[in-house]
Amino acid sequence: MQDLTIEELYEEFEDLPDWDERCDYLIDLGFSLPELPAESKTEENRVHGCQSNVWLVADIKKSNPPTVEFLANSDAVIVNGLIAVIAALYSRKTPQEIISINAEEAFKKLGLERHLSPQRRNGLYSMVQRVRELAVQAEAQS
Amino acid sequence: MIPLDIEAVRGDFPILQKPLPKGLPLVYLDSGASAQKPQCVIDKEREVYENYYANAYRGVYRFGAIVDEELEGAREKVRQFIRAEHSDEIVFTSGCTMSLNLVASGWGKRNLKAGDEILINEMEHHANFVPWQQLAAQTGATCRFLPLTDDGRLEMARIGEVLSDKTKIVAVTGMSNMLGTLNPIDELAKKAHDAGAVIVVDGAQSVPHEHTDVVASGIDFLAFSGHKLYGPSGVGVLYGKRELLEQTAPILFGGHMIDRVYKDHSTWASSPAKFEAGTIQIAQAIALGAAIDYMGTLGMDKVQEHERNVLEYAYNRLQEIPGMRIYGPGVEHRGAITSFTIDGAHPEDLAQLLDRKGVFVRHGHHCTMPLHDLLGVSATVRASFGVYNSRDDVDALMDAIQFACQRLRLT
Repeated sequence: MQDLTIEELYEEFEDLPDWDERCDYLIDLGFSLPELPAESKTEENRVHGCQSNVWLVADIKKSNPPTVEFLANSDAVIVNGLIAVIAALYSRKTPQEIISINAEEAFKKLGLERHLSPQRRNGLYSMVQRVRELAVQAEAQS
Repeated sequence: MIPLDIEAVRGDFPILQKPLPKGLPLVYLDSGASAQKPQCVIDKEREVYENYYANAYRGVYRFGAIVDEELEGAREKVRQFIRAEHSDEIVFTSGCTMSLNLVASGWGKRNLKAGDEILINEMEHHANFVPWQQLAAQTGATCRFLPLTDDGRLEMARIGEVLSDKTKIVAVTGMSNMLGTLNPIDELAKKAHDAGAVIVVDGAQSVPHEHTDVVASGIDFLAFSGHKLYGPSGVGVLYGKRELLEQTAPILFGGHMIDRVYKDHSTWASSPAKFEAGTIQIAQAIALGAAIDYMGTLGMDKVQEHERNVLEYAYNRLQEIPGMRIYGPGVEHRGAITSFTIDGAHPEDLAQLLDRKGVFVRHGHHCTMPLHDLLGVSATVRASFGVYNSRDDVDALMDAIQFACQRLRLT
């Protein structure tokens, strides 16, 4: 997805003391998120959130061990920034690694805990759930 | 008419005196979702807990008697506020949603059968939409839809196509929570009655902003919530004509609503007790009385005039923004609500960026998905105004929108 790692993000966010700066940074991330091709934005790929659409496509690389690659897009810019954060968390990881990642913890560490909860209904939480499900499936198939 | 003293009104709401982090003033534009509370309402609720709290309609001891008296006082205030004839026509519920569900289940299931029709429309809030959909599914009745005009009003000229002697219920909102449309309730009530139907009005948005006279308007059932009327959360009202409430079955059983319980059957108390099972919202209902007193002190005429003034200013200013689309009718047919989209800006981004400037607006489908489907948008931003909003708030909204558009690289 992007080459940004979660460790780099932790460092970056340390220099962003409050939400205003973090939000601007997320907007920048959002604008630079790779575009999902229009044909991938199908109902089947839509992650059900309430207030903005999120589409997610995952690709299981049959390496050894397999890794999961995924690409996601929202129609909202700030959510796209948050997707970039999730991508940094999960991309190019093995199913085992993905299952052991605690996304809520990471979001808390970044000061974005408000944005990842079942109640936020922005599709992100569902997206994390789906990534984990895909990882479990990939694990089962390997 | 002397205009509303907006500074004095703002002074009545403690939350408006507290700056947000970074010293930003609060610009609260979400009264359509829930209104802030004046000090007198907060004080009244506190007074109940600090001075005479007890359960209602049970204790003969001193506090029980005071609570009963206060509750009945609040009920009487509600009665006067909506100009109902009898206080037993005023039922305290948990909110507008419960009130509407009570009518659909309690009256609807008893009175509707296969082949009957319910007249609704696409601007209704889900709370005045889904219960009728469910009622239709359970009884074999059908929901018919009164068409909307291009500018989001009920197309009254076509009512003959959908209203007939099959219609048993006409359910309509007094004011759309998304478009702001003010509906012709009196005319609809008359047409409903001529067809032999009852009219159920969702007053959640209209009751806090304009005079309500259930008798003069010919309203059979009126539902509204306390929290949108500057009262506490957790309490709402169902008004129903006496004879209709007699025909309405309770939907919650136990506690205060019973008359006599036997091993094999039970009988119910009469209204309003019949519909007030368990322990009701004691402090909240009492404090709702204080909210109504407060509105009475301001004067609904002045409130309406003031909000109209703010709305007109907002409606005109918002149009200055490139790519702005305001949904719904012109100001002459709407209450203090503006829902809009800006080309190229997602409502969720807008709402989050406005929040950074201390401007609180709602975004999403506002519990009106069929309406958004009709309009062909998945979400909108809604700025709704209350008695404490002023033109300054509109200016702050404009500045915040400029900021948001710049951040979203639209300017």
